[in-house]
Amino acid sequence: MDAIKIENLTKYYGKARGIREIDLTVAEGEFFGFIGPNGAGKSTTIRTLLGLIGPTSGRAYIYGLDIVKQNKEILARVGYLPSEAVFYSGMRVREVLKLSADLRRKDCGEEAARLCERLQLDTSRKVEELSFGNRKKVGIVCALQHEPALLILDEPTSGLDPLMQREFFDILRERNRAGATVFLSSHILSEIQHNCTRAAIIREGRVIACDSVEALSRTTARRVSVRGEVSLEGLEGIRDREDSPGAVNFLYSGDMNLLLQRLAAGRVSDLSVSEPDLEEIFMHYYES
Amino acid sequence: MTLIKHELRQGRISFLIWTASVGFLLAVCVFLYPEMKGQMEDVGDVFSSMGSFSDAFGMDRLNFGTLLGFYTIECGNVLGLGGAFFAALCGAGILSKEEKDRTAEFLLTHPVSRARIVTEKLVSVYAQIIAMNLVIYGISLGSIAAIGESVPWKELNLLHLAYFLLQAELAGICFGISAFVRRGSAGIGLGIAAGMYFLNLVANIAQAAEFLKYVTPFGYAEGADIIEKGCLDETLVAIGLALGAIGIGAAYGKYCRKDIR
Repeated sequence: MDAIKIENLTKYYGKARGIREIDLTVAEGEFFGFIGPNGAGKSTTIRTLLGLIGPTSGRAYIYGLDIVKQNKEILARVGYLPSEAVFYSGMRVREVLKLSADLRRKDCGEEAARLCERLQLDTSRKVEELSFGNRKKVGIVCALQHEPALLILDEPTSGLDPLMQREFFDILRERNRAGATVFLSSHILSEIQHNCTRAAIIREGRVIACDSVEALSRTTARRVSVRGEVSLEGLEGIRDREDSPGAVNFLYSGDMNLLLQRLAAGRVSDLSVSEPDLEEIFMHYYES
Repeated sequence: MTLIKHELRQGRISFLIWTASVGFLLAVCVFLYPEMKGQMEDVGDVFSSMGSFSDAFGMDRLNFGTLLGFYTIECGNVLGLGGAFFAALCGAGILSKEEKDRTAEFLLTHPVSRARIVTEKLVSVYAQIIAMNLVIYGISLGSIAAIGESVPWKELNLLHLAYFLLQAELAGICFGISAFVRRGSAGIGLGIAAGMYFLNLVANIAQAAEFLKYVTPFGYAEGADIIEKGCLDETLVAIGLALGAIGIGAAYGKYCRKDIR
């Protein structure tokens, strides 16, 4: 069964666009990435899946359950980490964790203690005194302590220091190996590249690509850097060009033969042609 | 139950402050009575013959010189306004605060239906109002006993019942509004409570504005009417409770479908 199945999902805020005709499927057990810059519609998609906002049109299912009609059943299977976790002021961390567990009618004390230990979270602190990163950790424990089948994480690493980020992804991978599905939204591509098996790219409310991370990274475009004197004027398919004295560096997606002819006609002292990294490919999706 | 407990804990400081303040003022009023009693016999006539001012507070029909008349006017205003403010604040904030404080995302991503959330929050509002009224009723009885006066049971019970119904109505109306607004709920709540209070003063003063009694819950909680008739005006109470019920119904209708920002 698919963990997430989104069909033609559209959400308008009044006349303003949220997301448009999104189609997306995430299989059970996948570690799925959802890439896009701020404002592209990542959070809108997630908030619609969770029932915080109602879709304008289209449908979506989580484990076959309808997001509009079976919201409660869905939420029981999901652990959600919002991009900005806010809790009730005046409460201590352990009270928030207990409240979250109580609202789920589950005793999660042991798992919570384990997670707090790994994330080095002091449960006696008051939530309003916590730094952004520590608040994020409270959110992480709330999302994970009931051991949900599906984890939906909205920009989970913002505010976490690199060591904590590593620990966090270790936990996610363990959960994933144990069978949990992970849906991770992020604008940090390396995060997606290192952790996810599949990913979708969202731009201005539409999914513009969805494939394995490997396939998304595969492209005919090449990063070319040339040292020497070469005339590139009039050559099509050059982007992201950087000129420095005696050298030029660019992303090339045009005809290789034409490029080679130009290079042969010039004086080249050094040449490197390499695969662009995901970051550059991502820009490519956004510029086209 | 989890959410009810949570709400009661969240609201406990506000509850304690309001209950203590209203209770304290009420007790102070009662303790002032023996002092005033002697003097009042002379000035009672003055108070009841100040024209519109007397009309507004029902002093034209109540005797300031008796405990009952004094209690109805002084304490009525304290409990009437204080209770109304508390009930309105409580109702108006309970749903909207989740979005204002940005905790809605936390609460609504737990497997609890929206209808259930509305119900538990509603119960917590009324639990606080009932608790406040019981405490204040106790303080009232205690302070009357302390000054050695006999308790006018029937009238006192009717007055306190009327104020409780008034608070229940205001809380219901404000609860409905709470589902629609994201911020500014406290201002709206206090504004409604104060507005209703002044509508009743206007209704008391101007003959032409007497229909306002049908709008404001202070109409059926008017001490002078209650003491005169020895009962509550059922029509006014029924209209009031219907308004409160509409507010609650609107809250369910709106909140169960609302887009949470």
